[in-house]
Amino acid sequence: MMIDVLRDYLLFILRAVRLSFHGSRIYYTWMGLLTLLCVVALHSYARQIATGLALTGMTDQVSWGVYIANFTFVVGLAAAAVMLVIPAYIYKNEDLHNVVILGELLAIAAIIMCLLFVTVDLGRPDRFWHLMPGFGEFNFPYSLLAWDVVVLWGYLLLNMHICGYLLYAKYCGLEPKPMMYLPFVFIAIFWAICIHTVTAFLYVGLVGRPFWNTAIVAPRFIGSAFTAGPALMIIVFQVIRRYSRFHIRDEALQMLRQIVTVALLFNLFLFGCELFKEFYSDSVHTSAARYLLFGLHGHAMLVPWIWSAIAAEVAAALILILGARRIALLNIACVLAFVGIWIEKGLGLIVPGFLPTPLGEIVEYFPTLDETLICIGVWAFGLLLYSWMIHLSVPILSGDFRRAQEKPACPMPE
Amino acid sequence: MSNQHEKKTRGAGIRTLDQITDAPLDRRSFIKIGTAAAAGAAALGWALSPLLDAEGSITIDEFLQRHYERLNADEMQAILRRIEDDISARYGVQANLSDPKPLPGVEYAYALNIGRCIGCRRCVEACMRENNTSRDPEIQYIRVLEMEKGSLDLEKSDHYYDPETVPQKDTYYMPVQCHQCSKAPCTKVCPVNATWQEPDGIIVVDYNWCIGCRYCMAACPYWARRFNYTTPLIPVGEITTDMTYLGNRIRPRGVVEKCTFCLGRVRRGLNPACVEACPTGSRVFGNVLDPGSPINYILREKRVYILKEDAGTIPRFYYFFDK
Repeated sequence: MMIDVLRDYLLFILRAVRLSFHGSRIYYTWMGLLTLLCVVALHSYARQIATGLALTGMTDQVSWGVYIANFTFVVGLAAAAVMLVIPAYIYKNEDLHNVVILGELLAIAAIIMCLLFVTVDLGRPDRFWHLMPGFGEFNFPYSLLAWDVVVLWGYLLLNMHICGYLLYAKYCGLEPKPMMYLPFVFIAIFWAICIHTVTAFLYVGLVGRPFWNTAIVAPRFIGSAFTAGPALMIIVFQVIRRYSRFHIRDEALQMLRQIVTVALLFNLFLFGCELFKEFYSDSVHTSAARYLLFGLHGHAMLVPWIWSAIAAEVAAALILILGARRIALLNIACVLAFVGIWIEKGLGLIVPGFLPTPLGEIVEYFPTLDETLICIGVWAFGLLLYSWMIHLSVPILSGDFRRAQEKPACPMPE
Repeated sequence: MSNQHEKKTRGAGIRTLDQITDAPLDRRSFIKIGTAAAAGAAALGWALSPLLDAEGSITIDEFLQRHYERLNADEMQAILRRIEDDISARYGVQANLSDPKPLPGVEYAYALNIGRCIGCRRCVEACMRENNTSRDPEIQYIRVLEMEKGSLDLEKSDHYYDPETVPQKDTYYMPVQCHQCSKAPCTKVCPVNATWQEPDGIIVVDYNWCIGCRYCMAACPYWARRFNYTTPLIPVGEITTDMTYLGNRIRPRGVVEKCTFCLGRVRRGLNPACVEACPTGSRVFGNVLDPGSPINYILREKRVYILKEDAGTIPRFYYFFDK
């Protein structure tokens, strides 16, 4: 009996591997392009290993850069899967229930990207095992980074279990047992809030960095994550339904649109609160915000970026409020919101935390070419992973890819 | 999408997914797989080629070395010898590496007389020499700020002042280095306990345990920590060969380092290099638990202030004004 189960599972893996290499020309081109970007990034990373982080634009003054900026942003994307899970499982929204697994798969890809962004930022990746509970020295519960390791890995395992269980049950033609996945779904909802909040606390807990040392960072993480995540999903779902036979109804997109709208307005409101607090009181602790928004002592590298982000977010909010139900307009709004938040929550959050330094110095930070290529590579790897998971999941969900029956398999429907 | 592809490329009727995934591999597929694998291997080889130039690979002993506090005396001795050999191979000098322990009944404190400091930066120079910090890229533990008279605003300070002579008129000088805080934010945030406070108050880093995440650098309110973005470069003639494991040994690449009050010197009863180098006597160091020590006297009798006291980290480093 046990042997049969194991054999079935191994056979599934074998068949999945073969299916991974079977696809249309578009599939091959897309996956080939992403692989190419990964290889280029790997080359840059090998250079970084050989030289050290001196290959990046980071300095003792700005000691975190685009790696950690992207990490912070992508944590939000991962957590945003709950914006599908909550309506689907708690409010029993049928439209979202059909697509919720696509969101959970996105969370898996996003968490793996997060772990990669942290890894490429390490000065000594060879010592990664020092971070493993039981093997190394784990400064839990004092270090928020130790917390982050726990919540990120936990969230990854939860989502891998949920998706893996549901997909494999479907592949085997079995009805999933609620006890086997529903408890994990609800734990994952709580966990998703944790991964944001812990990541926000990573910054909030630093007394020497007034720009981060403020309670508003955690709620803003929620607002920005629940904007950028669902905005990305709106786009991704349209791509999936265009290039595969997976059916996603417009109603699901409209539901997500409402979530993006509310979250974006919430995010802008919190941003307004922050601006008021910084500039009305106008204390010395305002320097970082001043540097970000207007430039300080002749240094203004981030100014065009942050104003583009604000403009993009405001424009997205206007499009969404003015009620355009047309998908094309919705897509524009989603792209604007996504890009706006990527800037605002990425470099717009990390770099001003360091500038001016605690000793009042301003040193501008520019990512180098290798650093940028590595970031692009991690994004490409995330997309590669997600595309691959979708490529396997869609035929499972549609019933085309399933365990071999005793009788000959039916031909695929036209 | 897969079935569309099927129809276009192979006219021989519709194949099911089962047939695709379960069909035996034919010769053509083998050739395809072989070609793809070869291309993949070539790409991977190119991608990883920079690793061939990487100097100083890590030995198994180094990789598996455990946390400082878990090492027994014998293991420590073996590690010290291994690091000496490594330094000798890399830098061509015979180092004398030891691991001095904190002295019982001693807690260090430091006071700096802002009224006297003339901003000559001899402390910076002595510090670099004693602590074997990288000369290229340059790593310095002490940052001397040229301040505007009448202001404590750090943003108005000049970090890179370079006049013919010091002190300049209408300025004063404020050197900043690690404050060895009693409630240190840097040790709290380290995810792997690679940095901690010793019983004598000195905050140290185990350079063989640090993973280089730089969270401590973000946490420090005094900008006292430095990172080895690449392998430290020091001219052989300038290397101080008396080295300590937690102190001034030449650091590996990719780890954080910081001021340790020159623990190798002070645990032998000497003053830190910066105190010794100061031509104006602005720097006072000692055991604060000793009632007869100058540092004890200053903290009791002088008008002392703490930089960024509002951060609440309770530094062991004080400033005072005196002529």
